[in-house]
Amino acid sequence: MVATYLNLVVQGALLGGLYAIFALGLSLSVGVMRFVNIAHGDFIVLTSFLLLTLSAALKLNVLLVLPLVIPLAFAAGYLLQRLLLQRVIGQNALLPLLVTFGLSIIIQNGLLQGVGADTRTLSAGALDVASLQIGGLNIGVLPLLTFIVAVVLVFGLDWLLYRSRLGAHIRAVTLDVGAADLIGLSSVRVYAIAMGIVGITVAIAACFMGLRMNFDPTSGPSRLLIAFEVVVLGGLGSLRGSLLGGILLGIAQTIGGQIDGAWQTLAGHLVFLTIFLLRPQGLLPRY
Amino acid sequence: MPTSQHLIIAAGRIVLLGGALALVVAPRFIDAGGLTMLTEFLCLLVLALMWNLLAGYADIVTVGQHAFVGVGAYAFYGAAVLLRVDPYLAIAAAAGAAFVIALPAMMIVFRLRAAYLAVGTWVVAEVLMLAAGKLPNFGFGSGVSLPVAVAREFGTRPAERFATIYWLALAVAAAAFLSTWLLLRSRVGLGLTAMRDNEEAAGAMGVNLLRSRIICFLWTAPFLGLAGAIITLQKLRISPAASFSIIDWTVFVIFIVVIGGIGSLEGPILGTILFFVLREHLATLGTWHLIILGTLSIAIILIEPRGLWGLLRKALGGDLIPVSHAARAGFGKPKVP
Amino acid sequence: MTSPAAAPLLTIQGLSVHYEKFRALDGIDITVGAGEIVSIIGANGAGKSSLLKAIVAQAGSRVDGRIIFGDADIRTRATPAIVAAGIALVPEGRRLFATLTVEENLMIGWHTGRRGGLGLAGVFDLFPVLRDKRQQPAGLLSGGQQQMVALGRALLADPRLLLCDEISLGLAPTVVNDLYELLLSINRQGIGILLVEQDIRRSLAVAHRFYCLLEGRISLGGRPDDFDRDTITRHYFGS
Repeated sequence: MVATYLNLVVQGALLGGLYAIFALGLSLSVGVMRFVNIAHGDFIVLTSFLLLTLSAALKLNVLLVLPLVIPLAFAAGYLLQRLLLQRVIGQNALLPLLVTFGLSIIIQNGLLQGVGADTRTLSAGALDVASLQIGGLNIGVLPLLTFIVAVVLVFGLDWLLYRSRLGAHIRAVTLDVGAADLIGLSSVRVYAIAMGIVGITVAIAACFMGLRMNFDPTSGPSRLLIAFEVVVLGGLGSLRGSLLGGILLGIAQTIGGQIDGAWQTLAGHLVFLTIFLLRPQGLLPRY
Repeated sequence: MPTSQHLIIAAGRIVLLGGALALVVAPRFIDAGGLTMLTEFLCLLVLALMWNLLAGYADIVTVGQHAFVGVGAYAFYGAAVLLRVDPYLAIAAAAGAAFVIALPAMMIVFRLRAAYLAVGTWVVAEVLMLAAGKLPNFGFGSGVSLPVAVAREFGTRPAERFATIYWLALAVAAAAFLSTWLLLRSRVGLGLTAMRDNEEAAGAMGVNLLRSRIICFLWTAPFLGLAGAIITLQKLRISPAASFSIIDWTVFVIFIVVIGGIGSLEGPILGTILFFVLREHLATLGTWHLIILGTLSIAIILIEPRGLWGLLRKALGGDLIPVSHAARAGFGKPKVP
Repeated sequence: MTSPAAAPLLTIQGLSVHYEKFRALDGIDITVGAGEIVSIIGANGAGKSSLLKAIVAQAGSRVDGRIIFGDADIRTRATPAIVAAGIALVPEGRRLFATLTVEENLMIGWHTGRRGGLGLAGVFDLFPVLRDKRQQPAGLLSGGQQQMVALGRALLADPRLLLCDEISLGLAPTVVNDLYELLLSINRQGIGILLVEQDIRRSLAVAHRFYCLLEGRISLGGRPDDFDRDTITRHYFGS
């Protein structure tokens, strides 16, 4: 009995790693540029389809295709910010929200039009079902790998933000964009680079999401909601909080799903709402 | 203002009034199919007016108003079918239920700001939709049809029914429009538009602003619930997917208001009309319909954040539906340093 | 004080700055010679801040006129390019990045600039008190120390022209004295300074030349010694 629940908690925590990767990109764009990208989940799904197509075309394991897609994802994020989103960033939070909302619908329907409504999944060959025995528990290699990647990303981004020159620039622009522009630190350029980094996290999220769960053109919104809940749970502006928030959400969903398969998503939402009401500032708030 | 502009505005107002009169007498001249479409039009208009009130005036962007539409639908069904209440009362119950749900919803989402609030409303909508799918007497996840007996209470013959439902929709739309107009011309409305133009003054107004936003949020819920009831009467069915449909009751509505024009009363009207015109022509295109709407929305936001009405208004020089004072110059533009 | 004879560092001709509904500056002509300290005085709302912001391309929706720095008109350039060309601004209210360390704040100045001149070590020589606080979040420093960081940040950009926007605001008189001594020593290195101040006495005491702004126009200009206090006051407030 205890073993079953321990297993659930571990599985949930590993799932949380994936959720944390969803959240990282959203957390960055929300923290730095102060807008919520409604199309965040849709970009993840779009990239999953890209990985699927490339993997089939190049006849390569999707984990090998990912490094090829990462620079593309950086460029895509950079250009999206520079050419489109930069034009609506400002005091008015409504406009970026509406633009990304429009993008979300366009991406979903564009995908429906282009690749059809079928559910897909990514495959990493033998790794899909490989598992390890750790401490008497059966741990899937992919979930474990995903979790490790999540931790690496969190600490990597942390290092980037707090120990690098680019990170100092990003934090400066986050704190006082007007001051940055006054002294010649181009917020436009910093935002674009930040969005490029978001693109990289999106590509990584897309890969591990596709490996872990099914996706179809309309899966974007559910990923966005997960990312959003993780960001808010963890505390706005906190990357480590996102890791913790992801773990909590993953555990909630896994236990809920065990009680009744149909309750999985709802359980996650309810736990989110409960924790949010008790502690609206999140678990590890930075601001 | 030059006389020619006065004339154009007067003409515009006459057109509006003419349109309203035409709507009143429509059942005499239009067949069942047309009436159904007009009923849909009126429901969407109500949704658009409500979303616009929140996003365009109260600075509350929601992506979850389909929650209240669904609540209204389910409450109507519950009251009319399960509790066997008089159908007209059941419609009122829809409004009441939406209002009741709006209270805790508001307490949750008002702890969030701006864009977070928007996604927060989405989460609330998701929860309500999922919860609705767990209700035993409402057909669980696949929903249930409205018994013909209930529908018959609105008219034994189809022609009667369509007309009655149409007039209900018209009544709700008229109430939504007039009451919102009055709200905007009241102190609450004045305060909100003043806030939009000048954030410093808004800071000084503090608590009053919160009160105004609470009023607006709670104001919209009953109307959304009523729309949900009427939509159920039309579709003769409730289900989580349909009654809480984000596409139908949120996505389309946002596109309507954005394209028509946020922050004015003419905008939602213009947008809804345009939406129906577009739909007639694009209906066969399926997913392209949404792609076009989405692209059009983004283009409008980049070119003229106040929508098509914003563009028209520049030519006209004034409002057709006056909402107390002149141009809200600050909308959509970065604030003066 | 005598003006050193030199080619002008900065020449502003017919500068007008418009915000959405009002005009902040109208037809301004100003020069700053190489190695000069030029003071801009004027009441609140006279347009002093708009002037400095216009020079670094951060003002208003419409800017007309010519801003010639060195031998090029920089009016249409973007701020990063202008800073990289050798103009650095010490913003009004300092505008430090509060949770970044002192060193991080300073190094941002370095990265936006010409990558020459003092360097971080040189700035710490100029402001020794900052050396011990280099890893502290800038927001925790006193007002005077923050002003030093803001000044140091601008200096690290290796400017040929330093724009100072109300650097004495909110600081104790002794601190302001020290700051002005520093300005003089910076100027002696050959850096031109355009100084915007409400404190007339101090800024005119260090300036080679000055201009007085009144409601967006220049009401008076010349060498401080050439005018008596009454004349200046009259042109400051308008009669």
